Amino acid sequence: MEKIVKLASENGILIFSKSTCCLCYAVQILFKELRVQPRIVEIDTIPDGVEIEKALKRLGSSGPLPSVFIGGKLIGSTNEVMSLHLSGKLVQLLRQHGSLI
Amino acid sequence: MNSTTTQFVPSRRMGLYEPAHQMSMWGDFRLDSPPPPPLMLEVNANSNNQSEDTFGASHRNDQEASKPDDKVLRRLAQNREAARKSRLRKKAYVQQLENSKLRLIQLEQELDRARQQGLCVDATQLAYAGNTNPGITAFEVEYGHWVEEQNRQVSDLKNALHSDMGDMELQIFVDGGMRHYFELFAMKVTAARADVFYIMSGMWKTSAERFFLWIGGFRPSELLKQVLSPHLDDLTEQQRLDIVNLRQSCQQAEDALSQGMEKLQFILAQAIADGLLREGNYLPQIGAAMNKLEDLVRFVIQADHLRQETLQQISRILTIRQAASGLLALGEYLQRLRVLSSCWSSRPRDVCVSKI
Repeated sequence: MEKIVKLASENGILIFSKSTCCLCYAVQILFKELRVQPRIVEIDTIPDGVEIEKALKRLGSSGPLPSVFIGGKLIGSTNEVMSLHLSGKLVQLLRQHGSLI
Repeated sequence: MNSTTTQFVPSRRMGLYEPAHQMSMWGDFRLDSPPPPPLMLEVNANSNNQSEDTFGASHRNDQEASKPDDKVLRRLAQNREAARKSRLRKKAYVQQLENSKLRLIQLEQELDRARQQGLCVDATQLAYAGNTNPGITAFEVEYGHWVEEQNRQVSDLKNALHSDMGDMELQIFVDGGMRHYFELFAMKVTAARADVFYIMSGMWKTSAERFFLWIGGFRPSELLKQVLSPHLDDLTEQQRLDIVNLRQSCQQAEDALSQGMEKLQFILAQAIADGLLREGNYLPQIGAAMNKLEDLVRFVIQADHLRQETLQQISRILTIRQAASGLLALGEYLQRLRVLSSCWSSRPRDVCVSKI
């Protein structure tokens, strides 16, 4: 859990994903198109990935990956990201916290 | 294999064993010891053509230790397994026949109803005869009702907009229209879990609608571009800007999902193609592909979520009257696509071929 908090505070935009998850890949593409470069942590390639996945669920993440953090706060999964984007709020958030390529 | 299933029954086979040998088998069963009697019990209970094997094997038993027994028992086990699978296949076949019978009755009813109404009947729409999935059959029936309700709502909207109805009343129609689409998305989630390929192929839609298919439904940015924007002329500057931004966001979200889908197709194809031209069964590849299909369901659900969000944003940006017009435009657009499908499939052709 602390690792999540640490990673989230260190990186303006943080995405927990899995290398095999294509929906996670879609979210990464979206961020790339918005010209930001998020920090991507693929939990199936790191040693304590399982604990991170459990901790994410406890944080209230809507369940499946990807899990997106902006400015240290949990935004949610693909649903939340899409909703924010269509309402125009995602770009605002990203400008505040993102690192432009 | 454990000898806890100790059904000790005298058999021809056992009589050939040395009594001491027999005792040791029951006493301290080891994995490398000869196969235990319970198998023999089943052998005797089974069909006659296997008894010859036991006879043959029991003759050889005097000469060799356990090799023929293994072969025979393996074959017997395989026979049992084959018989079991055959019974399951027969059961599945009968089930499929019954489902097909129900589907046939359903199709006949639809055809009668359509002919009575004098409509052009789109044969391809009714002809998904291979489907025996109850979840999908239920969805098709519900969707039929959904379209009927949709047609009612479209004509209600038309009348409402032409009358001098106030915004309060109009709001009811707008809310109802939006809710109707959301109900469809909910239905599609269930159907996608029942058969995601069915949803991905747009099988419940008419052929012209299928031409414009994007991940199991309409493309939200196209809705904004073709159906809404050209037909809303009294937009304020802010509204115009909002619609443009919404369309761009939609397009970006669609692109992201499309690229994710391409990756999924690639991974799926890779999983299936793994180990082609190699000896051995391909069940692992099928298993790997099945796992990936769960991701496909998530994509379909995500695409519908995008459609729902788009509709919600549209209703937020537009006034009530504009939203009512927009819903009417969308409803009429889809109606026209359905009529196009019907007319196309029933156009006069040189050779009349039944598509069912």
